[in-house]
Amino acid sequence: MPQILYVEASGAEHRVEVPEGWSVMEGAVKNNIPGIDADCGGACACATCHVFVVEGPAALTGDRTAMESSMLEFAEEVAANSRLACQIKVTGQLDGLVVRMPASQH
Amino acid sequence: MNIAVKPQAGAHDAGRAEAYATPLAELNPAQTERFQADTIWPVFERLRREDPVHFTAESEFGPYWSITRWDDIMAVDTDHEGFSSADGIGLANKQSMEEQEAALRAIGQEPRRRGGAGFITMDEPEHSVHRKAVSPTVAPGNIAKMVPVVRERAGAILDSLPIGTPFDWVDLVSKELTAMTLATLFDFPFEERRKLPYWSDMVMNQPGHGPVKSWQHKAEAMFECFSTFEGMWNERIQGEPGIDLISMLTHHPETRQMSREQYHGTVILLIVGGNDTTRNTISGSVYALNKHPDQYDKLRANPELITPMVSETIRWQTPLAHMSRVATRDIEIGGKTIKEGERVVMWYISGNRDEAVIENPNDYVIDRERPRHHMSFGFGVHRCVGNRVAEMQLTIIWEEILKRFPKIELVGDPVRSYSSFVHGFESMQVVIPARA
Repeated sequence: MPQILYVEASGAEHRVEVPEGWSVMEGAVKNNIPGIDADCGGACACATCHVFVVEGPAALTGDRTAMESSMLEFAEEVAANSRLACQIKVTGQLDGLVVRMPASQH
Repeated sequence: MNIAVKPQAGAHDAGRAEAYATPLAELNPAQTERFQADTIWPVFERLRREDPVHFTAESEFGPYWSITRWDDIMAVDTDHEGFSSADGIGLANKQSMEEQEAALRAIGQEPRRRGGAGFITMDEPEHSVHRKAVSPTVAPGNIAKMVPVVRERAGAILDSLPIGTPFDWVDLVSKELTAMTLATLFDFPFEERRKLPYWSDMVMNQPGHGPVKSWQHKAEAMFECFSTFEGMWNERIQGEPGIDLISMLTHHPETRQMSREQYHGTVILLIVGGNDTTRNTISGSVYALNKHPDQYDKLRANPELITPMVSETIRWQTPLAHMSRVATRDIEIGGKTIKEGERVVMWYISGNRDEAVIENPNDYVIDRERPRHHMSFGFGVHRCVGNRVAEMQLTIIWEEILKRFPKIELVGDPVRSYSSFVHGFESMQVVIPARA
């Protein structure tokens, strides 16, 4: 099962195995990892699962959709590697992915 | 002393009978009287089951579609190209609109039209430009700076409340705290802060409700509000850029150029969005905890539940019952075809009670597994910009309440707002029996 490392803004690390087919957001929420709110439940409709893709096979996470870009406009500290975690689907190729959470979700 | 009056079971039974006896084709869920009487619930329960995408052909609001299930509301809210906000986001009573516009013209004011309530009534790309001009003011970084002052004010408000004597919680606490916060966000003269919720009430009510005596009275209050904010604009535009909302608007290259009509609309949006919603949720939390004493006991025993309690109250209260759109093309929702140009109402208050998405949705449960999973802030590009300010105020007032008072008791039934948009309270009598 692919391993994903979630790093809180404080630096606290959570390395978990996430089943293929889940989203990176689900991997955090279902493992009770703090830092991702996911208010809309994965509909790309709220921007409260903002993460930075910092390491690992980042290129394999795919491109932002237009809707994801629209929603990210309302998040804080958005950077080139900002994504909504609900829009990254976990595959075997994403083993070793590292995402960092912002200080707060907005 | 327990002088709480039992809820009006008779009115609620009659409301349920009426909701199910009315032929579906004639069901007009926006009927304002039901909101004030709190008999809306069986109407939406029936629609979710029998006709979740419902068309009302004739009403005081004109023809409109009602979207009542979570998934269908989500589909409309996230399709900002298919559903426009530019022709207004609340259902408007046609006759009231005409009377209000006549009163405005009588004092030489032109009624606000498209984009009439700021960026909430704009479509892309204009919407995002205007929204982003003010969003830093209500972003987490600036909110964190406000926390100590909001806490100090909340404590002072609570310490000034009478003990053992009934009083209006809406007036002394909900309006007062949100007026103070909004004054800070606007950098509005602090001693005149209560003008802000007053203007908000004047905007959102019609004659005979809230403080509004007549259409002329309302038009004059709007004129006073806009004149005051014109003065603030002229002052800020000459000053150094600041973090307050008006300074942000005057110093942003795009919003600096906006029309006076757009500015007035933005002022209304920020005043109403900045106090009505939070105010009614603060009042709603006292109401909900009184109606569910087991939950109040749980909260008292474990103040760490304040965070999920705040989200649960925002869901259960749903301080804005709906948002409205107009279809920009023919679109199928829930098996029905909504035609281009037709008005659509997303009933957040119904989506938040959708049994298919929320477990036991009519129950108020402060330690739900996923309390943030509610529709009250809306979804998509128009999602509430000030949600973190709302949560911050609700959290702080309850942290300070639990330090001070073992119990706030509801006295009788609150007076609910006469509105199918603002789901709140005009007044709510409570008594605090004793300090901790």
